[in-house]
Amino acid sequence: MSALRPYAAILAVLAVLAVLPVVFTSGTMQNFLIFTLIVALAGQGWNLLGGYGGQFSFGHASFFGTGAYAIAILQERLGLNPWLALPIAIGLGALVGAVIGTLAFRARLRGSYFALVTLAFAEVFRIVANVLPVTGGAAGILIRLNVDPLNFQFADRAAFHWLTLLFLGAVMLLVRALERGRFGARLVAVRENEDAARALGVDVLRVKIAAITLSGAITAAAGCLYAQKFLYLDAMIAYGPWISVEALLAPIIGGLGTVFGPVLGAFVLHGIGELTKTWIATLTGGALPGVDLVLFGVLLIITVGFAPRGILGLLPRLRVRAA
Amino acid sequence: MTKTAPGIRRRSLLAASAALPLAAPHVRAQPAAVKIGIIQPVTGALAQDGEHGRLGAEIAINEINRTGGIKALGGAQIQMVFGDARSTPEGGVAEVERMQGEGVAAIVGRFASPICLATTQAASRYDIPYIVDVGVSDQIVTRGLKNTFRFAPGFGTVTRTALDNLVAINEAAGKPAQTAVIVHEDGLFGSGMARLLNTQLPERGFRVLETIAHPTPSRDMSNVALRIRALQPDLIIPSSYYGEFVLLARTMQQQRIRPKVGIYAVLNGAASNFRFVREFPDAANHIMDCNHWADPRKPKTAEVRAAAEATGRFWLYNIPLNYSCVRLLADAIERAGSTDRVKIIEALAASTFADHIMPYGPTKFENGQNMGARPVNTQVQGGDIKLIFPREFADAQPVFPAA
Amino acid sequence: MYSPEILLTAVLNGLMTGSVYALIALGLTLVYGVLHIINFAHGATLTAAMFAVYVLHGAAGLDPYVAMIVTVPGLFALGYAVQRLVIGPASHGDDGNILLVTLGLAIIIENALLAWFRSDTRSIDVPYGFSVIEVGTLFLSLPRVIAVFGVLLVALLLWLFLARSTTGQAIRAVAKEKTGAALVGIDVGHIYAVTFGLGAACLAVAASLLMPTFLVNPRIGNAFVLVAFTIVVLGGMGSIPGALLGGLFIGVVESLSGLFMGESLGQIGIFLIFILVLLIRPTGLFGAKA
Repeated sequence: MSALRPYAAILAVLAVLAVLPVVFTSGTMQNFLIFTLIVALAGQGWNLLGGYGGQFSFGHASFFGTGAYAIAILQERLGLNPWLALPIAIGLGALVGAVIGTLAFRARLRGSYFALVTLAFAEVFRIVANVLPVTGGAAGILIRLNVDPLNFQFADRAAFHWLTLLFLGAVMLLVRALERGRFGARLVAVRENEDAARALGVDVLRVKIAAITLSGAITAAAGCLYAQKFLYLDAMIAYGPWISVEALLAPIIGGLGTVFGPVLGAFVLHGIGELTKTWIATLTGGALPGVDLVLFGVLLIITVGFAPRGILGLLPRLRVRAA
Repeated sequence: MTKTAPGIRRRSLLAASAALPLAAPHVRAQPAAVKIGIIQPVTGALAQDGEHGRLGAEIAINEINRTGGIKALGGAQIQMVFGDARSTPEGGVAEVERMQGEGVAAIVGRFASPICLATTQAASRYDIPYIVDVGVSDQIVTRGLKNTFRFAPGFGTVTRTALDNLVAINEAAGKPAQTAVIVHEDGLFGSGMARLLNTQLPERGFRVLETIAHPTPSRDMSNVALRIRALQPDLIIPSSYYGEFVLLARTMQQQRIRPKVGIYAVLNGAASNFRFVREFPDAANHIMDCNHWADPRKPKTAEVRAAAEATGRFWLYNIPLNYSCVRLLADAIERAGSTDRVKIIEALAASTFADHIMPYGPTKFENGQNMGARPVNTQVQGGDIKLIFPREFADAQPVFPAA
Repeated sequence: MYSPEILLTAVLNGLMTGSVYALIALGLTLVYGVLHIINFAHGATLTAAMFAVYVLHGAAGLDPYVAMIVTVPGLFALGYAVQRLVIGPASHGDDGNILLVTLGLAIIIENALLAWFRSDTRSIDVPYGFSVIEVGTLFLSLPRVIAVFGVLLVALLLWLFLARSTTGQAIRAVAKEKTGAALVGIDVGHIYAVTFGLGAACLAVAASLLMPTFLVNPRIGNAFVLVAFTIVVLGGMGSIPGALLGGLFIGVVESLSGLFMGESLGQIGIFLIFILVLLIRPTGLFGAKA
């Protein structure tokens, strides 16, 4: 019983998220939920490395895009079933993470330097994906519409919601387990003070590489789900800076280095985004493009101003329990 | 800035006057309004096209409502449900879902092909009739989606027509052009176009000296100009968006690089844009473009153009295309006599609508593609954009060679 | 495969484009060197400055170069105020938060410009826009040659200001040791804001140098941001001579790789160099100390 206690809050949140598509049956809402969960999953990947490990990446698009392109290419070009392609795609995401991590961390890049090198890798991936024939080049790659659960395509949006939630839930439980285990402790030690961690006998390089590898795998899974949901990819979608930004915004807004941060952040950000969009649209009839995004930017700054340690940081009790 | 302000005021006035009948103490019950979804990207990279597309749709809806609404439905007014596609596929799909929630009878819109592919697919799940204004990728209509109709011509047709027209113009002038350099943006649109051009130009007796790709946005086109200078082609065939083409044209003028015969653009973002012609009359002069363009012979064209320019916007092809698409849809609803989506799809599939302002002739859909649709050739002449080919639509003679 | 003349022109083109990159990177590296933040609103601020030049030309008939009289102090004041009133208070000095705040500012600026000016790409036509200096068989664009000298002048002035003036010394003190500077009575908040203002003022100059030959739309600043980051790293973060040399170097690399690999794939050259420099010599190519 007591072994389960640290996981109870996660299971409760998952249960609430699982009920949502039953309560909200409109396509708009369900689509919003799925997209937000995908962002939350990508954010979990980022948070493991950035939140727990203190290594801020600006280039999680490298992992997201690799996962997305891999699952699309394996099924469209090689005729592999997407369910079989999924683990391969996730594995490739992990591999990209391991390679970038090994190169960057061996060169002892930290802080802004690490952030910028990840950004540069993502840009290289984007430029290459835009010209390679296997990715469809600039025309992108279209996953054939073939609605069948065996084909990783669902007629029922709720089913896709639950599937995405399954991934997110598994990752949240995993992160909580890591957080409570030796790996989590080492990772946090690296974040707080690398030299001290090294003095205590932590293999800093190995911990960082392990974290970015796992981070890459998780974010690649988010890419796979995105590909299967929208069935179309091009270089800008898969490797564009938008997803790198989404993946880091969600945990920072929600609460860095917490299991719930990325989920909360994704919901708050996209909730605000949708609300301002709808509100401004009804107010102006859509005649003034951009005003909703101005409002979104203002709200973003205000949120950061009032909740400097993320929204979870505003709830001291929860923070204590989460830590 | 001063140009858009009256546009906004005018629009809110129009909105106010449209709301007026509801407030007036009418005894006769108004029939329920027909909701039509208009999805265009008005923020993000494709905002310029989206905004002009939206304007065209607005002009059509205002005209229909002013002249008695949908008569088969007791004069029902058309109500626009507008969605910003934000230039991303998930933004587009989210808007389709919202339209479904709002209960629209049909959707018109979407410019960029990647977004189009995603949204038409989403719309097909609900059988929402979806009229694509111009998405160029032919995948849009070759996937067997019954709900999707494209009013304008696709890649294949545009390239074929562009080259047929080029051959005709070239032969009439005594074949001055034999070599070409292709300049294209490296996205779906430009790269796809370049691939087609590269296979079809040699078949028609032209030699492609080089194909130069460039990214969007580009910060500098000097090197592209430099390579053109080294290659000395008869023709330059650019397929780029507005900004990059303007940069190239300006750089070429500055470096005194002139292709021997002329610039023959295909679906170019600037060559058929009055802003470019106004701001750089010298750099723009005599540039030819094979593109979507309204039929100048139809009296309605001048009327729509006046309405568009009264809002302070430039006359871009997105306006007449979306105007025509909405009119086409209204005609289908009229004939379906219902807002039932399946009936509207059937009515669209059987459409022979001819009252549009494009140079197309009666509409005829085959697998969702309007078979009568074709691009035409325009040329910048003396600060105006003239239609020069095919001759039956033309309002000016081609200047060829243009150099 | 190309004649020496074309290669020479490509190098000169690269130097001319690179000089403007250098100026944009100068503002970025200054802010980084002192505040240790990566300013994501840098591109959007450049866009705003370009629109300011556009409006002053259209509404008041001001020549883009003359417009600097208005835009340089204007952007300095704006940068000062934004750092003092928004970034400073909202970010609480935390790296992640500064990132979000500057990102939020970028979203606000870009979309406010979109709502105001709409999405059209605009350019201005000045009498000298197409003027050239003929050097043998080469035609050098006059506005772009002016830009090169403008950038060199700004870099020199900035360097002198930092080296000689009292405020400049205070800025260098804050950059080196923030707490120490505060202890000797330097108002760190003020110095931060001045630095941020200087960064924005650099962009005002860049906007005036760009507009005679370039164009503006609400998203155009994004085209320069990544390349400016690259230059800042190449030159060593915080180094003014580094940004200058880095900008010219990247300009030439981009120009030549564009010529040989095509404009699209050529962009890869910049990022590969960037990655290699970071991995092998993260303090920058041009010798700035970490």
